[in-house]
Amino acid sequence: MNNDDDMTPGKPADLADQGYSAAGEVVLIKARRTFLENILRGLKSAPPTALFGLTVITIYIFFALFAPLLAPHGEAEIFDLSYAPWGEEFMFGTDQLGRDILSRLIYGARNTVGIAFVTTLFAFVIGGGLGITAAINNNGWLDNLLSRSVDVLMAIPSLIFALILLSMFGANTLNLIIIIAILDSTRVFRIARAVSLNVVVMDYVEAAKLRGEKLFWILYREILPNIMPPLVAEFGLRFCFVFLTIAALSFLGVGIQPPTADWGSMVRETAGLIQFAEYDLTAAMTPMLPAAAIALLTVAVNFVVDWFLHKSSGLKD
Amino acid sequence: MSDQKKGKKGDILLEMKDIVIDGYSDDRWHEIVKGVDITLRRGEVMGLIGESGAGKSTLGLAAMGFARPGCRLTSGSIMFDGIDLMKASAEERRALRGSRIAYVAQSAAASFNPAHQLIEQTVESTVRKGIKPEEEAKSDARKLYRDLQLPNPDHIGDRYPHQVSGGQLQRVMTAMAMSPRPDLIIFDEPTTALDVTTQVEVLASMRRIVEQYNTAAIYITHDLAVVAQMADVIKVLRYGETIEDADTRSMLSDPKKEYTKSLWSVRSIEKPEDKSEDVILKVDHVDASYTGSAKVLDDVTIEVPRGDTVAIVGESGSGKSTTARAITGLLPPSKGQVLFNGKPLPPTLKERSVDQLQKIQMIYQMADTAMNPRHTVRDIIGRPLEFYLGLRGRERDQRLLELVEMIELNEDFIDRLPAELSGGQKQRICIARALAADPELIICDEVTSALDQIVQKGILELLLRLQKELGLTYIFITHDIATVKAISDQIVVMLEGRVVEQGMKSEILAPPYPDYTKLLLSSVPEMDPDWLTGLLAERAREGSATA
Amino acid sequence: MHPVIRTILQRLGLGLVTLFVVSLILFSSIEFLPGDFGEAVLGQAALPETVEAFRKELGLHLPMHERYFDWLGGILTGDMGNSFSGRGSSGGQDRSRPVIELLAPRLANTLFLASMAAIISVPLALFLGITAALYRNTIYDRTVNALTLTTISFPEFFVAYLLILGLSSFTKIFPSLANIDPDAVFWERVYLTALPALTLTLVIVAHMMRMTRAAIINLMASPYIEMADLKGASKSEIILRHALPNAWAPIVTVIAFNLAYLVVGVVVVEVVFVYPGVGQLMVDAVTTRDVPVVQGCAMIFAATYILLNLFADIISIITNPRLLHPR
Repeated sequence: MNNDDDMTPGKPADLADQGYSAAGEVVLIKARRTFLENILRGLKSAPPTALFGLTVITIYIFFALFAPLLAPHGEAEIFDLSYAPWGEEFMFGTDQLGRDILSRLIYGARNTVGIAFVTTLFAFVIGGGLGITAAINNNGWLDNLLSRSVDVLMAIPSLIFALILLSMFGANTLNLIIIIAILDSTRVFRIARAVSLNVVVMDYVEAAKLRGEKLFWILYREILPNIMPPLVAEFGLRFCFVFLTIAALSFLGVGIQPPTADWGSMVRETAGLIQFAEYDLTAAMTPMLPAAAIALLTVAVNFVVDWFLHKSSGLKD
Repeated sequence: MSDQKKGKKGDILLEMKDIVIDGYSDDRWHEIVKGVDITLRRGEVMGLIGESGAGKSTLGLAAMGFARPGCRLTSGSIMFDGIDLMKASAEERRALRGSRIAYVAQSAAASFNPAHQLIEQTVESTVRKGIKPEEEAKSDARKLYRDLQLPNPDHIGDRYPHQVSGGQLQRVMTAMAMSPRPDLIIFDEPTTALDVTTQVEVLASMRRIVEQYNTAAIYITHDLAVVAQMADVIKVLRYGETIEDADTRSMLSDPKKEYTKSLWSVRSIEKPEDKSEDVILKVDHVDASYTGSAKVLDDVTIEVPRGDTVAIVGESGSGKSTTARAITGLLPPSKGQVLFNGKPLPPTLKERSVDQLQKIQMIYQMADTAMNPRHTVRDIIGRPLEFYLGLRGRERDQRLLELVEMIELNEDFIDRLPAELSGGQKQRICIARALAADPELIICDEVTSALDQIVQKGILELLLRLQKELGLTYIFITHDIATVKAISDQIVVMLEGRVVEQGMKSEILAPPYPDYTKLLLSSVPEMDPDWLTGLLAERAREGSATA
Repeated sequence: MHPVIRTILQRLGLGLVTLFVVSLILFSSIEFLPGDFGEAVLGQAALPETVEAFRKELGLHLPMHERYFDWLGGILTGDMGNSFSGRGSSGGQDRSRPVIELLAPRLANTLFLASMAAIISVPLALFLGITAALYRNTIYDRTVNALTLTTISFPEFFVAYLLILGLSSFTKIFPSLANIDPDAVFWERVYLTALPALTLTLVIVAHMMRMTRAAIINLMASPYIEMADLKGASKSEIILRHALPNAWAPIVTVIAFNLAYLVVGVVVVEVVFVYPGVGQLMVDAVTTRDVPVVQGCAMIFAATYILLNLFADIISIITNPRLLHPR
């Protein structure tokens, strides 16, 4: 690919001959492009892993959006044939209650991914908002209070903490979302506070304060645009983490509860089939399908985040 | 060290021909050094001078057969005492480094390994390469410390890097370079991070030791006055190309190229002194401290006359920037007050009215961090127009264009982001942002010190013109005496949070001087190869006279 | 006082405070139980007197702070109360067992599994991480990088089932269930524990290797490493003399972080392999809301986690030259 259009040098003002002019100072200008052009260029230079990741994510979103149209049967529809083998009527067979595995896999894209996404979003609203506020209030009482509380919350491994809280409040989807969102917001708080601190000390924030700008303007116009790239990357990583945590909890039987179709619970429900691998390979594959669905999405998101981090850090060797 | 191995003084030690070095950035290779020749003789000191992006450090490292990660030696030949470094294996080049060629880095604090004692690091290559046994090397290191006039030379080596000051570390690093008695030392901006008064001492000891052991050296810097003290010959670089080669004296007395002359262009500005009686701002017996630490301002009183420029001069830690923070309300004084147009300003930012904020504007040292990288020039200059003057739409754009033209740029720049501007252009936009508020007083905090000389000159001339046209008052905070001479009417000298002296430029820059002002002024290198020699002789004379 | 000792004492104090707060949280978990939990535990048929006696045994009639110190004192002396399960059994006979009796043998099993995983994964991860950092951007580095990125994306149970399929179902090398019994001899235990340990190893190695690589790359970018290179030090000298003394803190932090992660990882893996460890006990207790057992297990997990991090902090402190040699 030809990279020569990447940089357009300004007029090289040769001072030896032409004298000095401010407008003519040499500067390497990155060519301006529209948002769409930037995306297309980004995609062109993306490594195959990232392209793979983007494709997978798109497919998942498609399935999540159109699950009712794509699934051959209902999410909780029960047929009187449990553990049906793979075949024409039930492509991946049925589970212990006689529900169609394929349909539940498709609905799972909506439920499992949706719940993880909403939880991550909550975690970001709580943790991100508090983190930026703490950074502006750097070393004030609010910052200290929040930071110390987060230290304590993070001193307990989050899966264990989630187990304790679920045993206290009972395991249901709403509790699950709230508990995981709060636990994960501690990590978002730390990173949001750290990246905002780097921005808060910048002279342009001080200049805005000196101008007399209000807190909200500073937060919204000066700080937020500059911490978006790291926060977007962090969103991907946190999503993976939340997604895996919820999957693990569901697998343990204390996460998303039946009859909601959910990949983690599906693995748990059909895990016994794996013992029959010698006799019927397809049956043994049944629990692997939802597990692989989880793994594939996480791999995809991680690949995209890795590419994004590599790009935005400008790493070179 | 045997003299046979060293060869004779005047023999060619290093010959670099048509050196091309590429650097990798923005996904492709660019030429950083474009065909430069260097010839260095034994015992000779060459000054490599140039501004940022001239490729001087890269070239200096290439003389060691070394390229930083992200750089590559593309073509050319490097002959070091008969050894072809371009053809030599990595091991052969490594064998030369730390024995026959040594390096002194800019940031001593970061370049010493925090885990080892200084003397261990000083003698490391000497011992490892079998040049001297450990005990002999260590006693030699202590001797070098003494030669370099380090305090407590017998024991300073037992300390760890973080226990020693920056100026001392820089001298220890010189001792480290000298320990194996190399044929060549590369000094890479060794005094740039130091205060002027410290710089003089370090320069003097480095020069003495290089002369004493008759070592050849390449001295890299952006400061011509500094290199004039050290070098026998000077090479001027720009954008990776040689502009001019000459011996030091003829370079200074008779530069052939316009660019070379521009390297001391700030010194050519002269402002006729103005004396106004109308005081616009008075800092009145102000004390200030950061929470939990000692006083950083101690009874500071400064008067600023309307329409004039007051320069506040001092070294790092003198309290000059803190004074600006007290004036702007970022750091409320613990005692005393700030009067603006005769009326006291509320101590904190929050208590000040928009009108009070509007009248005092600030310009920062690093234009890079003073502008939000996500805002365009239109946002940056437009915001104060909206915020203070309530201008909108076409009215705002009209004023915006006037301001941009006032700072000698044009409408092409209005929709650019800061990353699309050069260093000087960025600083001009910051000036326009301050002007947009229609202020009476502008505080300039080291506004030119991050810029190249020629750009500095342009910025200073712009500020002077604006002052004349708009009747602005400036408080100019700087550590650079040349800038002070160029722009000020009055000078305030600060030391350790106190005002040492305040008065008209002509009074402060002429004798009799208080001790500190004298030390400060005399430490500023001049464009005279004999300046350091003269200064040292004078200080020695005075030292013996007072003793 | 020497700054090193002062800082270590500060960290220890902080660790104690954290443990204290954690114990408060765990203790209060019993407060959140619904009012009728007594019946839930003892069964619908329980007599009111039995329920009352049960509440009394839990001390619910006493003020909260008294109960807390009683509970804390109990934990410190190894008495974690009695499990809820078994109480509702017919005849009103209390067949519940002390939590400590349930925990002790399972803790030994969990520690055995975790140590096995740690013994394989720590050296392996350090080796992979350091070599990947030193040979950055080579094919080797890229391959290891892509592989580990994939592995950390897999849920533990997916890795576990993959291993079961590959090494148990088809090849019959290892058993798919790790239901070791108490009198199994050492090598039999190792054999039975192989698959769970391997699962944990795969997950941990990926995390640890990536963090080690990042820490070493960060370290190798220090100006003093370039200086060592410019002083002509050989590659091994640069690593051994210049990088290593400064690498302890980041490496130990990485190890401690991942061992702490291991503590969490055992929960899922134990369930998959039906391994009789603390993790499985805790999951069972959470499903049945057997609070005393949850408290006991959680306290053990949290304490291990806090101690590991404390240990890493202390290593960083005693290898920091700025603290070791104050001005």
